[in-house]
Amino acid sequence: MRIRRRATLWSSALLAALAAVVLVSATIGPVELSLSVVTKAALNAVGVPSGLSLSVGTASFAGLPLPWPAIDVQYTYPFAFSVPETSELIVREVRLPRIVLGAVVGFALGGAGTVMQGFFRNPMADPSIIGVSTGAAVGAVATIALPALIPFGLQPAAFVGAVVTAFAVYLLATEGGRTPVATLLLAGVAVQTFLGAVVSFLLLQSGESLEEAVYWLMGNLYGAGWGDVEMTLPAIVVLFVALVPFARDLNVLMLGEEDARTLGIPVEWTKRLLLALSSLLTAAAVAVAGVIGFVGLIVPHMMRLVVGPDHRLLLPTSALAGAVFLVVTDTLARANPQELPVGIVTAALGAPFFLFLLRRREVHEL
Amino acid sequence: MSGLLSVSDVSVAFGEARVLDSVSLSVRRGEFVGLVGPNGAGKTTLLRAINGVREPDAGTVSVDGDRQADCSAKAWSRRVATVPQDTSVSFAFRVEDVVEMGRAPHRRRTQFGTSERDRRRVEDALELTNTVDLRDRRIDELSGGERQRVFVARALAQDTPLLALDEPTASLDVNHQVEILRLVRDLVGDGRAGLAAIHDLELAARFCDRLALLSDGVIRAVGPPETVLRSGALDPAFETTTAIATNPVTGTPTVTAGADIDEGRATVVSDARRVHVVGGGRIGSHAIASLRRVGHEPSAGVLRTGDVAFETAESLGVPIVTTPAAGPVDPDAVATAHELAGDASVVVLADVEIGPRQWTLDLAEGAPAVVLLEERSLSERLHSGDRARERYERLRERATIVDPGDVLSAVEAAAGPVEQPADD
Repeated sequence: MRIRRRATLWSSALLAALAAVVLVSATIGPVELSLSVVTKAALNAVGVPSGLSLSVGTASFAGLPLPWPAIDVQYTYPFAFSVPETSELIVREVRLPRIVLGAVVGFALGGAGTVMQGFFRNPMADPSIIGVSTGAAVGAVATIALPALIPFGLQPAAFVGAVVTAFAVYLLATEGGRTPVATLLLAGVAVQTFLGAVVSFLLLQSGESLEEAVYWLMGNLYGAGWGDVEMTLPAIVVLFVALVPFARDLNVLMLGEEDARTLGIPVEWTKRLLLALSSLLTAAAVAVAGVIGFVGLIVPHMMRLVVGPDHRLLLPTSALAGAVFLVVTDTLARANPQELPVGIVTAALGAPFFLFLLRRREVHEL
Repeated sequence: MSGLLSVSDVSVAFGEARVLDSVSLSVRRGEFVGLVGPNGAGKTTLLRAINGVREPDAGTVSVDGDRQADCSAKAWSRRVATVPQDTSVSFAFRVEDVVEMGRAPHRRRTQFGTSERDRRRVEDALELTNTVDLRDRRIDELSGGERQRVFVARALAQDTPLLALDEPTASLDVNHQVEILRLVRDLVGDGRAGLAAIHDLELAARFCDRLALLSDGVIRAVGPPETVLRSGALDPAFETTTAIATNPVTGTPTVTAGADIDEGRATVVSDARRVHVVGGGRIGSHAIASLRRVGHEPSAGVLRTGDVAFETAESLGVPIVTTPAAGPVDPDAVATAHELAGDASVVVLADVEIGPRQWTLDLAEGAPAVVLLEERSLSERLHSGDRARERYERLRERATIVDPGDVLSAVEAAAGPVEQPADD
């Protein structure tokens, strides 16, 4: 039970740290709020699902109204502390959705980055290694630059772009039912380069909306609402929970694919599944937050130094650490009088820290 | 004692290249079989076909009657455990964690921790491989020998009837090579079966119950080491000339490859001579092999059976006259030796002993040219009276006398130039 105890211990500690940074982050902003007010307001916002109902709404697709099933969730709110109304509004409707979305996105990127690094046995692997982010960027920038062409909204377009790109890279790198990771890596680099050209071209065509497109490309959580959280959180939780049972297989895969096969892992099948799950995880995150670099690269490296290479421990802790990291960096991004895209902060803080680790030879191999 | 592993008519091709061509092999419980053969013979490919990494293009592999094609990866890995050739790991897994990975085939996906049974198997594996003390060390900080033991432990934790090992001794020091193979042999003794690709023929012969010689994707010979390690089988497989002898310490065959090639020297003399070598042991053996190597036609004798020179001469196909290992020298053999010596243009006395009957001197005296290889002083070798000493001294006056290492140049000098027919 050692590994289970360690995993529980580390996860609890990181969850507590996450709760702490969420609350502290919510005190920061144009209006200073006390920690106790924020805590109460946050607890008031905690909803427990108490019922489900299905209704048929309409969704417009390419201008046509289509019937669309909608699941309505009813919540009950167990806490009712008395908090000044404006403070509660600021915490609940402005700051918390953004902070929670940051946590969710960081969680997804940290988790996906861990899987990709283990999968590729390559320290340079990050969640976007097979082109997920660049694919999302094409979808998003196309929507911004050519809104007439893509009628179904920026986030779905980014998500579709990400998934299609990942799938295309996978197909390009697969031959005869086998997908060598080296080929996958190179195909990913080539496709990213190509799509980078597409993004640059689209930016030139974007005219007035150039700034919006650039903002998206830098990654930001500005203006996030509960709607984004509702859309992203369930998907990310489901995908992550699906990944956890493969932590052990990832450990075995780190010893090499041939070894993994002799230890009973159906290698190609497992690779396909891991790639699909982690690409979807990344796609769900970048679709709402844009291209946020470095989280998925350095967080797994940091956690590997702390907890070791066992993915049963590394996967949950990296995901939670990714959440903490992104909440902290996004707080810095918005604490600035002139709000910065969080992607700038993660890269500006992450790169020097990574170099520091590199120079101290803490990070050499995986 | 029926076959545990049965490989029948397995063929594997990479594109056009056929790497295994209808290979059949069976390994019984309690048996350790060594797979030998030159690089590129298909040893690793055969192991991969057996452990499921490379599905054969034709033929079947079965363990205990279960066909590999009918088993899932997981089910098959409960039957065959593999110790890989490359055990270098750059990840900081603890030794115990690596060994525990061997339990993967026995676990349900939902199982997160370690069951009591898993723990017991891991414990046993650590103990059997003497890696208990290493359990908390990082695998990437171990020496090659230690790492190899850890991977054997992992294979044991897998709890399979068959152990497959791909070059378990490559890149290990001699002491660790022996340690690992001894370990595998002991483990196989417990009712498992072992199959290992081993490039070192002598180690394979020493530790394996049977050897299978593979070359160009075909099994050339299978059987006990003494029957497989014969020049007749090895020479075409390795494309070299081998000399087989018996290791005086282990009693198992030793193989000298390239017995006909001498580095840094012209390999073949232009004028081959008939040379008769008298005297055995290390010096006689070397003289015979050297002469043969450069293209001369040596003969040898009288040699005692079991003498190193006897084995050398026999494995090189050099004509010899022998006498039993113990007892007086057979007079008939001496007579035959005279025939061989009489036919030779040079007689070499290889640091010979001179006994009371002085037959060694008799052989030299009639020869047109004599070379004396001397390492020990005469008195150490002389077991006869003054008459023998006088005869030897007389021989020295007309002979070419050199250190044993210079036998080739001495033979050249003693024989003189070959007379060329004069041009008209």
